[in-house]
Amino acid sequence: MTLLGKLTWQAIPLHEPLPLFSGAAVVIIMVAIVAWVVIKGYLPYLWREWITSVDHKRIGVMYCILAGVMLLRGFIDAIMMRTQQVMAYNAPGFLPPSHFAQVFSAHGTIMIFFVAMPFVIGLMNVIVPLQLGVRDVAFPTLNSVSFWLTAAGALLVNLSLVVGEFDRTGWLPYPPLSELAYSPGVGVDYYCWSLQISGVGTLMTGINFVTTILKLRAPGMHYTRMPMFCWTALASNLLIVAAFPVLTATLAMLLLDRYVGFHFFTDTGGGNSMMFMNLIWAWGHPEVYILVLPAFGIYSEVVSTFSSKPLFGYRSMIYATMAICIISFMVWLHHFFTMGAGADVNAIFGIASMIIAVPTGVKIFNWLFTMYGGSVRFTTPMLWSIGFIVTFAIGGLTGVLLAVPPADFQLHNSVFLVAHFHNVIIGAVIFGVFAGYVYWFPKAFGFTLDERLGKWAFWLWLIGFWVAWGPGYVVGLEGMTRRLQHYDVAEWHPWLVVAEGGVLIILLGIIAQIAQIVVSVRTREQRRDVTGDPWDGRNLEWATASPPPPFNFAVLPDVTDQEPYWDMKARAREIGQLTRPEPEYQPIHMPRNSPTGFVTAFLAVVSGFALIWHIWWLVVLGLAGAYATFVVFAWRDHDEELIPAEEVARLDRANRAVRSAALHHRQLRREVETQREPRQ
Amino acid sequence: MSAASTALRAGSDPYHIGHGPSTGVPEYTGHGAGGPAPKRIVVGYGFWIFILSDVILFSCFFATYTVLIEARNGGPGPQQLFDLHNTAVETACLLLSSFSCGMTSLAVARHNLLWSEITLAITGLLGLTFIGLEVHEFLGLVAQGAGPTRSAFLTSFFALVGCHGVHVTAGLLWLGTMMAQFPAKGFKQTILHRYLCFSLFWHALDIIWIGIFTVVYLIGTITP
Repeated sequence: MTLLGKLTWQAIPLHEPLPLFSGAAVVIIMVAIVAWVVIKGYLPYLWREWITSVDHKRIGVMYCILAGVMLLRGFIDAIMMRTQQVMAYNAPGFLPPSHFAQVFSAHGTIMIFFVAMPFVIGLMNVIVPLQLGVRDVAFPTLNSVSFWLTAAGALLVNLSLVVGEFDRTGWLPYPPLSELAYSPGVGVDYYCWSLQISGVGTLMTGINFVTTILKLRAPGMHYTRMPMFCWTALASNLLIVAAFPVLTATLAMLLLDRYVGFHFFTDTGGGNSMMFMNLIWAWGHPEVYILVLPAFGIYSEVVSTFSSKPLFGYRSMIYATMAICIISFMVWLHHFFTMGAGADVNAIFGIASMIIAVPTGVKIFNWLFTMYGGSVRFTTPMLWSIGFIVTFAIGGLTGVLLAVPPADFQLHNSVFLVAHFHNVIIGAVIFGVFAGYVYWFPKAFGFTLDERLGKWAFWLWLIGFWVAWGPGYVVGLEGMTRRLQHYDVAEWHPWLVVAEGGVLIILLGIIAQIAQIVVSVRTREQRRDVTGDPWDGRNLEWATASPPPPFNFAVLPDVTDQEPYWDMKARAREIGQLTRPEPEYQPIHMPRNSPTGFVTAFLAVVSGFALIWHIWWLVVLGLAGAYATFVVFAWRDHDEELIPAEEVARLDRANRAVRSAALHHRQLRREVETQREPRQ
Repeated sequence: MSAASTALRAGSDPYHIGHGPSTGVPEYTGHGAGGPAPKRIVVGYGFWIFILSDVILFSCFFATYTVLIEARNGGPGPQQLFDLHNTAVETACLLLSSFSCGMTSLAVARHNLLWSEITLAITGLLGLTFIGLEVHEFLGLVAQGAGPTRSAFLTSFFALVGCHGVHVTAGLLWLGTMMAQFPAKGFKQTILHRYLCFSLFWHALDIIWIGIFTVVYLIGTITP
């Protein structure tokens, strides 16, 4: 069996019905989907238009779909954990400890790396180039590689469900538990290799977007005219570039320990396991802001659009964003105050952690003052934003509590902490990406989502969240530690039953979201966004058609204001026609589609799997394949496609016509209104 | 933009607070505000950002090295292990390869294929010599029982220096590809951009080596 390394039939959980059935169900569903695609003859279309696409909008949509699917997987884990804790009062429950440990590890890993990250990156992909008024990101093919590597990591994590096991050390593999001596199985290896692969993808995304935002902007778009979402995306991607190499290095060290007997973090040979905590949180704390800063950007866009007002304190928002960006690297030690660094060090990191709440507070007030005096439209994205402000303010306050070292000594590792980070991650990141998803859906697909079901989803999520995690604070203060497979404290039990109810309410919210998609797709003809500007938007993403043509803009817009599109609309209304006369259309060069990303990801899955199971010949094969792909890609001559001027003209004229019509319609309506009630 | 439209905007939004003055005249700042930068700038800039991230990767290995330098586990330390002669030759090879890489840049700028290939070959040979010397040093250490599994100090040493070695090896693969591409493709824009990135990478590895040379070898052997 050395041909297959450590891989034997033992790896298939034939004796454990739960993972076996769930794994089999996933495999059957996947095979069914693939079969359906092939039989219906959609494969060539999928390959041409999506899998090999280097269009930032398509890649962004695929990121969001990946995030949505993985959200379901991670949420099933959540239901299992809540149910286990309801059942396991003075009883073993239905999940044995080894399985429970895999479930909580997989839940955290999936939710952070394969839900929150791809969702945030997906929205940035769709929107940032449009808001900057340009045609694509700086490196389109690299963008495709990034996406497919992320998908490869997600696939490996899910593979562990069927072949072997996932890690049991929590979502961060703390040594010495994660060292070979204490975790001899393949679980930690699955974790490390999937994150190494998807981490490379994320790093390349960071490089791509920093370059895009700093070097590719429409003429006239100064730094102080960039939309807030672009600013927060810039901050987030700077953090990716600065933090993800730390994750790569740290996991590489752990892998060296496990594979070739190095002594970075071992108990023996002089290794230092606390060094792992320092390194992993030097990545981990910025990671929190990598996720939340773009969400802050989304709220800024949504609140300003639906209050029909410019963002209050635009410049202070930029300062706050960049301040958070820098301070986020100076607080990592608050994740382990109990390490014993001493009172002075703890005090400094505690104060730094409290200071980071100041720019965050600035942002909250800016959103509130943006709403103040505006004519607020309570659409679904706006509801998510208001729900966020309330939820996040409370989550932030419990965070400040945890930042006080003496309090942290009591609360460390308790459910109070778990409640806190769910409060901020769900309340800020997840609510934010949902707001962005509803807000920008018409831009990506050309029709709006059903508002009624959207509002149902919001209320169910908001109430469900508080019912699920409000009790977490209580049992945390009552001394319940995290990750308990069973317990015998009578006081905790009723609260955990309530929490189970909360998670079921969230389940209803997710069902409402799925129903929202189904209903909206079926009624899409009635909800078409013909003008490309369904919300009376203010930034450039609304200045083009929905969905935008492959080249985004027939002619790059001239930016003369902080809210370029609002400014254009105001001027158009003033002169009674579109601000720009019809341009002389030029042919446009667009990057050509490439299977490089897909092939790279396939080889990454093969190499990763081979590394996990010590199948060395396959590792060599995979790496050689990667180099060959690199050379083939480097060898191609024809890397751009020409869109002829007539095609550009056809698409742009159609969009100009509907915009012109909308303008005149509005003009007429305004005249009628003016006649009815003359303005003072 | 005229004063009229400024007034219109101000009129439609009474809360235009915290926003800078909008003169309407595009002020090209040279930081991308004048429209998208040319491809060469974008490619070079993106690669610089990658190099910065790579430097951060190395900084982690430098940090672990300095944390673990005293964790000898009863084994040998830098003073017993490091041979400065070997290191001096390695350093000379790498610095000279950077020089010949610079010569390649000049030849490429003049679209001189012969000299581009010759200087690239010299760069590659010097790089190979460097890798050979490093492997030789590593094998020697392992042979005297001072392999990476001996102590945490040696773990961090092998990881830091080895990480640089892996980068140089990847650079050599890239160099070979470039040597094949110049004659096959000629001095096209894309090839020139790629060469720009390669030279940045190669010089950056030199800078990292200066750090390793100083932190690991010099400080390790000089301080008592």
